[in-house]
Amino acid sequence: MKEQIVELIRRAHAQLPRDVVTALRAAYRREDGEIARLQLRNMLENIKLAKKLGIPMCQDTGLPIFYVYLAKNADRKAIEKAIIQGVKEATQKVPLRQNVVNPLTRKNSGNNLGEGIPLINWKFSNRSATEILYLPKGAGSENCSAAKMLKPSEGLEGIKEFVLETVKSAGGKPCPPTIVGVGIGGSFDLAAKLAKEALLRPINSYSKRGDIARLEKELLKEINSLGIGPMGFGGRTTSLKVNIEYAACHTASLPVVVNVQCWAHRYARAIVHGN
Amino acid sequence: MAIKLKTPMSDEQVKKLKAGDVVYVSGEIVTARDRAHQRALELRRSEIPVSFEVIYHSGPLVKKNREWRAISCGPTTSARFEKYIPKMTKKFGTKIIIGKGGIEAKNCVYLCFTGGCGALAARAVKRVKAVHWLDLGMPEAVWVLEVENFGPLVVAIDARGNSLFKR
Repeated sequence: MKEQIVELIRRAHAQLPRDVVTALRAAYRREDGEIARLQLRNMLENIKLAKKLGIPMCQDTGLPIFYVYLAKNADRKAIEKAIIQGVKEATQKVPLRQNVVNPLTRKNSGNNLGEGIPLINWKFSNRSATEILYLPKGAGSENCSAAKMLKPSEGLEGIKEFVLETVKSAGGKPCPPTIVGVGIGGSFDLAAKLAKEALLRPINSYSKRGDIARLEKELLKEINSLGIGPMGFGGRTTSLKVNIEYAACHTASLPVVVNVQCWAHRYARAIVHGN
Repeated sequence: MAIKLKTPMSDEQVKKLKAGDVVYVSGEIVTARDRAHQRALELRRSEIPVSFEVIYHSGPLVKKNREWRAISCGPTTSARFEKYIPKMTKKFGTKIIIGKGGIEAKNCVYLCFTGGCGALAARAVKRVKAVHWLDLGMPEAVWVLEVENFGPLVVAIDARGNSLFKR
């Protein structure tokens, strides 16, 4: 299973999901500014080169985050061990940049492991096989994310204003065109969890809820009218997609979290059979 | 028309660059992130093993077999190092910074490469000439890279302070 994890990690870094590549190509056709087009051309050429060579497209190979959808009789301990060993081995074999440090001493562990890292989100499923999703999260975009506890009276307008403000103040820093994950409702921590999970939904899909899907479309339109453009040089495409997940919340609160993802939206899945 | 540059560069050449120009850089460039900036500013000038005339904001992904080789080495977010820029130009005469995402400083010329394009950048790295301060960890160490036609880079801020990020 460890080898499968190493391959999962390698694949995620060398190949972008098809929907993301399609969206970047569409952005290239849409832009007419010379510099905006140059940025997108570099991205598309980089995607091709990384795939051909089987190497990480971006040197920031991220913080290792996993979502595990456990099958009925799966051996959780064994999976956890395989993930940890897989990250360690992938650091040497893929290779990955050594990104993980102690938050205070800033000492680098050298193997992408550390207290609480890799972050493994355990989910339960009724399927016969376990699914493992790997999402390496780069810091350039993660650093532009933000959380806010809105007053319920601020409502929909308040939510939109906060998302737009977050994207605007990020400017070119998170490597636009970005994918914007938004978590609405729940508690302080649940909203953050939802914002990240929103990134896992394909960017050619919309929320099943009509009002949320509408908000996704409206926000994308308003973000793209900010004019930040590819890498902040101006243009029509600041974001490729806004994905929103929501949860019920306390009558007195309205948590909103915006999790920004760079154009190099790397993630991949693997199915693990048996134990 | 793309402009070809070779490091080290004369002040004359640097001044000629205009915001919006597309350039390719060849020669030696030196990486620095938070920890390298901090150490460079703490130590005496004579203790610094490199020239910081051309700084590349990057934490490369490198691998050592016999020699170090750059696998993926695109730019990192320059805004994190904003506060060091005036001090670096004063102490080391930094003329050019290569990075991404934008800065406000106008003390030197700022070139941008497309963020996330690590594979493309690594293709331009002909040799990892040296590494210093590896105790800071792979991303934060100072990597001396020999590049050939690194680009296309965009002149985002020129010597007159014109910036593509101002809107």
